[in-house]
Amino acid sequence: MIITQKKPLEELLQMLQGVTKVAIVGCGNCAAACQTGGEKEIQEMKTLLEERGFQVMATVLPDECCHKMLVRRDTKVLRDCGAEAVVGMACGDGVQTVADNIALPVYPANNTMFLGQVERVGIFHEYCRMCGDCVLGDTGGICPVTQCAKGLVNGPCGGQKNGKCEVSPENDCAWIKIYQRLLLLGQEDKLLKPCRERGYAADAHPRHIDLRGKKK
Amino acid sequence: MSLLKTVLENGGFAVTAEMAPPKGYDVSHPLEVAELLRGKVHGINVTDMQSACLKASGLGLCIHLKQMGLEPILQITGRDRNRMGILGDVLSAASFGIDTVLALTGDHPVVGDCRETKPVYDLDSVGILAMLSKMEQEGCDCGGNPLSSVPTLFKGATVTPVYEPLPLQIHKLRRKVEAGAQYIQTQGIFDTESLKRFLDAVDRADIHVPIMAGIIPLKSAAMGKFMNENVPGIAVPDAQLQALENVKASGGKPSELGMTLAADLIGEIKAQSLCCGVHIMAIGAEKNVPAILRQAGME
Ligand code: SF4
Ligand code: SF4
Repeated sequence: MIITQKKPLEELLQMLQGVTKVAIVGCGNCAAACQTGGEKEIQEMKTLLEERGFQVMATVLPDECCHKMLVRRDTKVLRDCGAEAVVGMACGDGVQTVADNIALPVYPANNTMFLGQVERVGIFHEYCRMCGDCVLGDTGGICPVTQCAKGLVNGPCGGQKNGKCEVSPENDCAWIKIYQRLLLLGQEDKLLKPCRERGYAADAHPRHIDLRGKKK
Repeated sequence: MSLLKTVLENGGFAVTAEMAPPKGYDVSHPLEVAELLRGKVHGINVTDMQSACLKASGLGLCIHLKQMGLEPILQITGRDRNRMGILGDVLSAASFGIDTVLALTGDHPVVGDCRETKPVYDLDSVGILAMLSKMEQEGCDCGGNPLSSVPTLFKGATVTPVYEPLPLQIHKLRRKVEAGAQYIQTQGIFDTESLKRFLDAVDRADIHVPIMAGIIPLKSAAMGKFMNENVPGIAVPDAQLQALENVKASGGKPSELGMTLAADLIGEIKAQSLCCGVHIMAIGAEKNVPAILRQAGME
């Protein structure tokens, strides 16, 4: 899931300077789960803005805010609602997807944090940095690119102290976890595999995937 | 050719020391200290913004040392430069005759003094060694393009002997050696028992590489305690901390005891042929290195 966090309201109000009529777009998927863009949060935002003198002309909650066709359909109502700006309560992808569909400024109400696991309601952990070359098969299913603060793929640095990472004592050293997990799985020999060469040529942003082939 | 390489290949007991570039551009103090090491050591490691604290770059001080006729060892971390930056620095170093290098992953910027710095880690220690080995073997850069001239390097790496779980550290050591590490300097050790435990594990793992024991002369009990608590892989025995306390309580100089402890340890390592040499990290007290070596009977 894409984990988002609310921006401080002050920051959003800065962006909305000079605007009085706004529309709000949320997201029924990740942002709803992150309590940053579901129905409840949209209503809260509406109240907060109205208390500060804004007129909220419309609110929309697409099932997913990163789906262009869906967002196009669901945001049609915004075109003639009189809003001068849109408050996007989704991830960065969702905010841009709304902007792709409407000729109004779309301002983000959230910061997009990471791709993470929902441990339970309101508790999120970063799990994957979407590196494009998944090594989980060699590492007991624990991601060194994400869980190791330095993203090391060839084993640990010397920085752990009592099993905790040098960068943040709140975090376990990923490589000790990987080692223990490989022992548990009887796959310790995977630590002997030759060095992993990681390249970044395929990392030139923005990237695209087209399953339909070349024809557009 | 690398003096350190020559000594290690001829079965000599190698000695290296370590110093940091200044936090500023005036190198007169480091150069004075380096002068004291002339003829006493087979190489001087120049650290690469150790502990992620900003200093003048290591390459600069290495060039100064080389021009004084000393033997610098260029430490290279993967923290601040990507593979192009690292290879470019190594080639520049080689143009000054600096051919002994030590690859490290590097402490993370958030533990240092410029916390907002973007960490690079394009390559880790293993990746740096692998890139340099490939360059030497195939005469190519990090993109596979031919180089017009290709240096021959003597490449080292580090290891942390006091590490739990030790097999994980041994695995990493193996990867470093496979990637081309030709010598190893260890994190500071303070007793031969922990060193022997580690060396046994290296033997059992069938890893063959010259290992130089890291020596940190203690300046005080407080320094030892601080390192025990904060520096990964450091385990100063309680008896040594107590001895340092006692010296202080009786009005003596703990730093002198620290030098004696270091000298004794070096003497033991050499007498028992535990390691191929020692690497002395005096942490600002490099001027004491000649005296420590003298005490260890290594003139
Ligand atoms: S290796 Fe880690 S960051 Fe890369 S795709 Fe797999 S889980 Fe994601
Ligand atoms: S301590 Fe462990 S998790 Fe932290 S940077 Fe080093 S190897 Fe990675």
